[in-house]
Parts: sequence; structure tokens; C-alpha cells
Amino acid sequence: MGMSKTLDQPTNFAIQTQNLRKIFGSKVAVRNLSLEVRRGEIFGFLGPNGAGKTTAVKMLLGLVKPSGGRAEVLGAPSDDVAVRRKIGFLPEDFRFYPWLTATELLKLHGRLCGMETASLRQRVPALLEMVGLAPHRGKRLGDFSKGMLQRIGLAQALIHEPELIFLDEPTSGLDPMGRRLVRDVIRAQRERGATVFLNSHLLSEVEITCDQVAFLKDGEVVASRDLRAHPDGEVRVLARARKLSTEAVAGLSRWSTATHLDGERLSITPRSDSDYPDILRHLIAAGADVFEFTPERLSLEDLFMKIMGEDRGL
Amino acid sequence: MGLWIMAGVTFREAARKKVLWLALLAAIAFLTLFGTGMHFQVKNFNTRAVPPFIRYQAISAFLQVGFYAVDLLAVVMTVLTSVDTISGEITSGTIHAIATKPIPRWQVLIGKWTGFIGMTAAYVTLMFGGVLLVGYRIGGVVPQNPIRGALLVFLECVLVLTVTLLSGTWFSTLTNGVIVLGLHGLAFIGGWIEQIGGFTQSSSLVTIGIISSLIMPSESVWRRAVFEMQSPVARSLPFGPFANATAPSAAMIAYAGAYLLIALAVAIHHFQQRDL
Repeated sequence: MGMSKTLDQPTNFAIQTQNLRKIFGSKVAVRNLSLEVRRGEIFGFLGPNGAGKTTAVKMLLGLVKPSGGRAEVLGAPSDDVAVRRKIGFLPEDFRFYPWLTATELLKLHGRLCGMETASLRQRVPALLEMVGLAPHRGKRLGDFSKGMLQRIGLAQALIHEPELIFLDEPTSGLDPMGRRLVRDVIRAQRERGATVFLNSHLLSEVEITCDQVAFLKDGEVVASRDLRAHPDGEVRVLARARKLSTEAVAGLSRWSTATHLDGERLSITPRSDSDYPDILRHLIAAGADVFEFTPERLSLEDLFMKIMGEDRGL
Repeated sequence: MGLWIMAGVTFREAARKKVLWLALLAAIAFLTLFGTGMHFQVKNFNTRAVPPFIRYQAISAFLQVGFYAVDLLAVVMTVLTSVDTISGEITSGTIHAIATKPIPRWQVLIGKWTGFIGMTAAYVTLMFGGVLLVGYRIGGVVPQNPIRGALLVFLECVLVLTVTLLSGTWFSTLTNGVIVLGLHGLAFIGGWIEQIGGFTQSSSLVTIGIISSLIMPSESVWRRAVFEMQSPVARSLPFGPFANATAPSAAMIAYAGAYLLIALAVAIHHFQQRDL
């Protein structure tokens, strides 16, 4: 299809890596990382602690030199200095000079991003307002709580309206209000057309915000999923029905890979979501009274446990 | 340019952290004490009708003590203010928000270096100028080549600063401080060994002294500054805390300059290469 062909052109990728590798001494932090993140996508990078998420992000930002492989961000090599004008980054556990005030911090970061003083005059108060720190604009960072630091860190990552934003555990240290804020900010970035690369182990957050996720384990991507689609095999249908005959249940194997009956509750794992009408017709034709027929997506947590636990031998 | 932004931040940091103001306060206290001391010495000479030549030599020696204190304070101030700048920011992760900005890393380093140089220059000017003023107004004595002396003390501070930044791209703050002060201490002891060797005409002591100066030339630069500012008579004295049995040569100053530039180049190279 013409449409998908243009989408797949390299310039439409915000991030592309091939066999990216980082070895610290004898420890392999990232092994053969091959990723593709499309522009405008909210990408969730998931994995347990120590999986190599932060190292991977640091390589994409040029903070850490890869031991091997290739990494491109916005079409430029990851160690390119000029491309960083279009990149924003919220490090994990954001810290900065404690003697700066919130306003001064944003002005400094704006200037470091090459912004003019005149444009900062409007941008800084607007950002402080957005992250809810306007009443604290003159306060020094040394007097900030962890959550406030995280908020101001988010603001500095967005000050120059970057095309690509890396957020490393952005909700750590935030209260529910702060988490909501991060979610809203991410959505606003998507509407602006920016790409967001979200490093997180908070699955519920990722589930709400991300379009696409990759699971990292022991420095390698072990699975990736498009959360906008409903991939086969990850959806099951929960039905509540009476007068279900054993033959009717057995007959479901035509469309389903697994069927489980518990009283009135019937759980079906269909091969494809296009089979739903056939399944329903089959049940009714077999004489069952169907009260409920609900497709359910596997939660990201279930998926995470399934993927991470797969070859752990547990 | 990013370099100037970083220089400005570094300069502002010192002012905000109150380091600059405390140093200023200490400087004023020091100069007051020094001036008072000088005042009483002059008063003492006046009541006893000391011959002008002796008087001049004594006040010059007093002035040298003042410069010696200024030199020590300036070096320690330089190390204390800059020891944490790179290493501390790497440890805390502060550097991540800076090094991901569209500014090459060398500009971050040179910017900080420039900021500290500005601070050191202001400090040396104030302290050196203060001692000179006290010497002139109260003691009526101006040392030989005061500008050259001040520039050499400034060079010594920049040298120590550069070594501190270099070591800071490798080591933690505490280790960095131990290394730099250790190197300066080595140079200091080496300088004395060289002087004693020169006085007692022991070539092996002189060699040890020269080797230590090659490892860290900071103290040699100071001893050259003393030599430049001394009166011809004091220069001819064989040995003493501010005499120079063996004044470091101009080649040693050139070596110190080259040492500084190489240290800076290595610091930039390593900071550009290293993982943050």
C-alpha cells in the first residue's frame, strides 16, 4: 500500500537502532538492541530494573558511547550535537544546582537549547504554569521536594518544544496529581506531533499513554506490541451463558485456541477478533442463552509477566 | 555560545553559594591584620631610627610574607571552589541535563574553566592589590616587578585549577581533592628540598626537587614569583623562607605553561570520550 510505504521511509523514524550494544567491563548492559520508533508515536520502553533501559536511553542521547551497533535519532547519528536542539530529556531523578530558582533554571536550560531571551520571557512562565510550579517560581531548587524537582525537570525537557522527548521514569516521586499531569503532558506532546520515548516500569501508566511498547530483558528486546491494535492471541472473550452443552463448548475449537468453562462462565481465546460473530452465532445455534459476551484485552501487566517469565524457568 | 553560558553559571554559582562573599570577608580580615602588622613595624622603626636600607629590607621581607599568604590562600581557594564541579555533577546526575543540550562537551568544560579563571583573577587581583597597597601606603615600599609577580601567582592558580578539572573528569570529588592537594604538597616539599640542596650544594637533593617540580610545577611558579619581586639584595641572600638559593628558570615557567595546556587538552579529550 502506498500509504504504508511512505510511512516506512527512514526519515519517518524518530529513533532507529541496529544491534546496539554496550558492555561495561565484563557486564553486558545492552545486547543487540534493534528498535524502530516512528515519529509522533508514544513509545513505552519496559523492562525490570537492571534490564538496560537507562543505558539504552543514554546511548540514544550520546551520554554513553555504544560498544557496537548503530543508533540514529531524528535521522542523525546519536552523538550528533546539533540534533539535540530538537531533543528533550528528563533524566531519572532529576537534580540540578540547588542555588538556582525555578525561573532561573528554565531560563538557563532554554538558553542552553539556543533559545532567545525574548521568547523565554513568555515561555518560562507558561511552562511553570503548566507543571503547576507558578507559585514557586522564585523558590530555590534546594528547597524543592522530590516531586517538585520532577515537575521542573519535565518543564526543562519541554522548554524548546522538542520533536523527540525522552522521559526516564517520569512519574517516580510523583503523587497521583503529578502522575495525571505527566499523562496530560504526554498527550499534549502527541497532539503537537512530537515523539515521546517513555522509560518506565509502571505498567499501568504505560498502558494508558503509550501507542507502542517494547519489552527489554537482559539488554535485549524480547517482545514488542502495538497497544492501539488488538493483536491475536492476546484477547480473550468472557461469556456468561446458560444451557451450554459439552458439544457446543467442544465445537468452539474451530475458532478458539483455548476454552474454559466454569459454571456459567465461559472463557474463550479466539484466533482472531474477526471470529467473534461466528463464535456468538455458534453458541446461540447450539441452544445456549447468552447473557454476556465481552472481549477482554490482556492487561499489560499480564503481558509483562508472561513475557518476562517465559524463559525464566519458574 | 554555550561556553559563555556555562562560564556565567559557574561564576554565578560561586556568588550564590556564598563562597565568594566568605572569601571576600576572609580577604578583608587578612588585609586588615596585615596592614595592622605593617603599621606597628613601621612605628617601631620610627622610634628606633633604623637605617633606611635595613628598614627597606625588613619591610620588603614583611611584604613577601603577605604575598606568601596570598599565594597559599589563592591556591586553596581555587581547589576548594572547583574540586566538586565536574566530579560532583557526574555523581549527582546533574551533568545529564547539561550534556544532552546542543552544546559540545568541550564547551561545557572550557566554560566552567573560564568561569573559575574569572573568579581566580578577581581574587588574586583583590588580594595582591591589597597587599601592594598596604606595602605602599603604610610601609612606603613597592616590590620589584609586582605585575609579573601577580601574573605568576595567577598562572599558578590556573595551573592548579586545570589539574583539578582534569582529575575531576576521572575521580570522585574527595579523591580529586586528595590528588590535587597531594600534588601541590609534593611540589611544595620538592621546592624546599631543592632549596636546601642548592644551599648545601647537594646535587642529588636538587635533582629530587627538580623532578618534583616536573611532576607538579605549581610551587616553582610561586618561587619564580618571589624571585621576580625580590630586591637585588634579598636575591643575593643564600637561604631563607623567601630567598631563592635556586630560582626556577624561565624554562621552568614555560614548562608550567605547557603542562597547563596539556592538562587542559587531556581533560577535554577524556571528558568528551567518557560515559556519563
